[in-house]
Amino acid sequence: MAATTGAAPLPTEATTFTERSRSAGLGRRKMKNALLWGSCTIALALVVSPLLWIVIGVIAKGVSHWQWSALTHDHASASSPGLLNAVIGTFTLMAGIVVIGGVIGIAGGIYLAEYCPEGKGKLLRGASEVLSGVPSIVLGYVGFIALVVGFKGTGIHWSFGLLPAWIVVAVLVVPYITKSTEVAIRNVPTAYREGAESLGLSSGFTLRKLILRPALPGIVTGLIFAAAISVGETAPLIYTAHWSDHTNFSLIHSAFGGVGYLTYGVFEFLNEPSAHDHVLANDAAMMLVVIVLLLIVVSRVLVSLTQRYSPDRPQRLGRSGK
Amino acid sequence: MTTTSERSRGPASSLLAGKAVGSSSGGPGSGEGQGSAGGWGSGGAGWEGSPPASRQRWWRFEQMLPRGLTVAVWIPLLAIVLLVVVLVVKAVPAIRFNGLHFFTSDAWSTGNAFGSVVTTGGVRHFVGASYGVLPLVVGTLISSAIAIALAVPIGVATALVIVEKLPMRVSSGVGFCLEVLAGVPSAVYGIWGVLTFGPWLAHHIDGPIARNMPDVPVLRWFRGAGPHNVVGQGHDLLTGGLILTVMILPIIAATTRDLLRQVPRATVEGATALGLTDAEAVNTVTLRWVRSGIIGASMLGLGRALGETIMVAMVGGALLGSSPHSIFSAFNTIAAAIVTQLEAALSDPTGLQVGTLAEIALVLLVISLAANVIARWLVQRGVGTALPVGRGI
Repeated sequence: MAATTGAAPLPTEATTFTERSRSAGLGRRKMKNALLWGSCTIALALVVSPLLWIVIGVIAKGVSHWQWSALTHDHASASSPGLLNAVIGTFTLMAGIVVIGGVIGIAGGIYLAEYCPEGKGKLLRGASEVLSGVPSIVLGYVGFIALVVGFKGTGIHWSFGLLPAWIVVAVLVVPYITKSTEVAIRNVPTAYREGAESLGLSSGFTLRKLILRPALPGIVTGLIFAAAISVGETAPLIYTAHWSDHTNFSLIHSAFGGVGYLTYGVFEFLNEPSAHDHVLANDAAMMLVVIVLLLIVVSRVLVSLTQRYSPDRPQRLGRSGK
Repeated sequence: MTTTSERSRGPASSLLAGKAVGSSSGGPGSGEGQGSAGGWGSGGAGWEGSPPASRQRWWRFEQMLPRGLTVAVWIPLLAIVLLVVVLVVKAVPAIRFNGLHFFTSDAWSTGNAFGSVVTTGGVRHFVGASYGVLPLVVGTLISSAIAIALAVPIGVATALVIVEKLPMRVSSGVGFCLEVLAGVPSAVYGIWGVLTFGPWLAHHIDGPIARNMPDVPVLRWFRGAGPHNVVGQGHDLLTGGLILTVMILPIIAATTRDLLRQVPRATVEGATALGLTDAEAVNTVTLRWVRSGIIGASMLGLGRALGETIMVAMVGGALLGSSPHSIFSAFNTIAAAIVTQLEAALSDPTGLQVGTLAEIALVLLVISLAANVIARWLVQRGVGTALPVGRGI
């Protein structure tokens, strides 16, 4: 009797207590939940809005004073100085950098993915990653000291031109090309290699026809990123390619003192006294943004095309749900 | 004669002997080669007869390939070694002249460039030459600290909302935004900071903050200069730090996003099944799972912020010879000082200033490599993103 009456209120008290606390706690927990996702959404807005501000702002500034002479005349032109030399220089630099960096980087990536023994691979990958962490101005400084000015006794005294710029920026992009090549090759299913081996195909044939082909989009994406880096870099170019008001293709010992490129215009033309140069600085910034946007769109289209046409390929790393 | 017979069995030996004997020997013994050609000829009908010379050449090339590739793969290591050697060789006279005082001094002076050149301890220099790296290190570290302090929470929160909440289509759009943000050249960030963002900050944000800050030890950093509490035109630590934030955001957000996608779904679902809200599941499971990776991603962003050059050279106000004293004062970083001072340094006939720039480049290299090595060590899970981290884009 006493036990039951004594015990009976206890559970009810307990349930009301827990229910009340649970409902109160749940409210607080729901609020916390909403707070977290609310702040996450604000963070997303903080990422997207500066992007829109920069892209739209830079393009608007460029368009508002746009003259086609910017694309048809060299900066040396007396009547209407333009950026033709810088545009041509940018693409010349980009082409050379992508070729040199691409050959080295793709070769390195193939070796690391296919042939490299474990211990050596660790060392080489580490070196590649360390190199990608070196600030670009340090590379530019060393390129200037070692290639443009040159040490006594090395025989290298190139002065400004395409060659030192190509070498310095190629060294800068090699780690990225190596990495993307290696990742792309590693994404090719092992079954391909096993099948090729069981058919007795030579390793070189397997590499060419069965491994590089499906890995190609990944490799090309890496090259496109390298192109975007080479278009956007300033610091390693200032003291290697320097600048020229003329369209100029000299590798070294340039008569006009270097090669023009767009980022130099953005960096330096604001300090020039002429108002026209300020307009050109904005034009150059707009062209850079447009080029980078195009390169990124191309790489995206490339990736989506390959994903559409080869559903049996494993998804690119980082996209898998697991 | 021998050449033709070797040619005719080349592909066959690539099928058998090339595999069995190993790729090291370009042309195996003729008897062995004939035997293998006979043994396999009946099976592989497509390889019978004399194949075209181009395929022969391809085969040779394929055998040589690994050795050829080895050359390319050593280039990064070689580049690092050359880099350090050049910097050290250039910096030695400056290191001897500047001594340890270099790390505590504010000065940046070539000395009397119109006076005579004197020699101290074997190093030629002008009278009164004196260099210190302290303001540059302070500027580098504070601007990077501002960037990291803002970019890590924003980047991680963005990655969370991308992975957990947004539908695939939208999240791919946000991914595009991150790639563009990473791909915008730093000179473009610079011109945007100089013409648009810096002046906007100076006119709308800086004034109210500076006026309302009390003059007490820590908050003094948020006050303007002098008794009138002056803020400048936006060429200051705040502008630089905020733009750096935007520049390193994509690195942190993209890396964190890729890490979050590797968190096992079942574990998160288990947390939800136990009655946890999404926020609690994120707190207890997801973030814990990728914690070291997030630290690593932040360090990668830090490495980028430390080495940023052109943007700082444009919006930093090119301060030399003194340290910043508030977030509204001009500043300079090591990287920006190298790019802005190298041309002037070349006019120093003693070479001491170029050497000093090599010395501060070494300081920068040590700081940023330390950040990077720690970062890679922490991220190690192998984030397979194609987005190269550490530099723009």
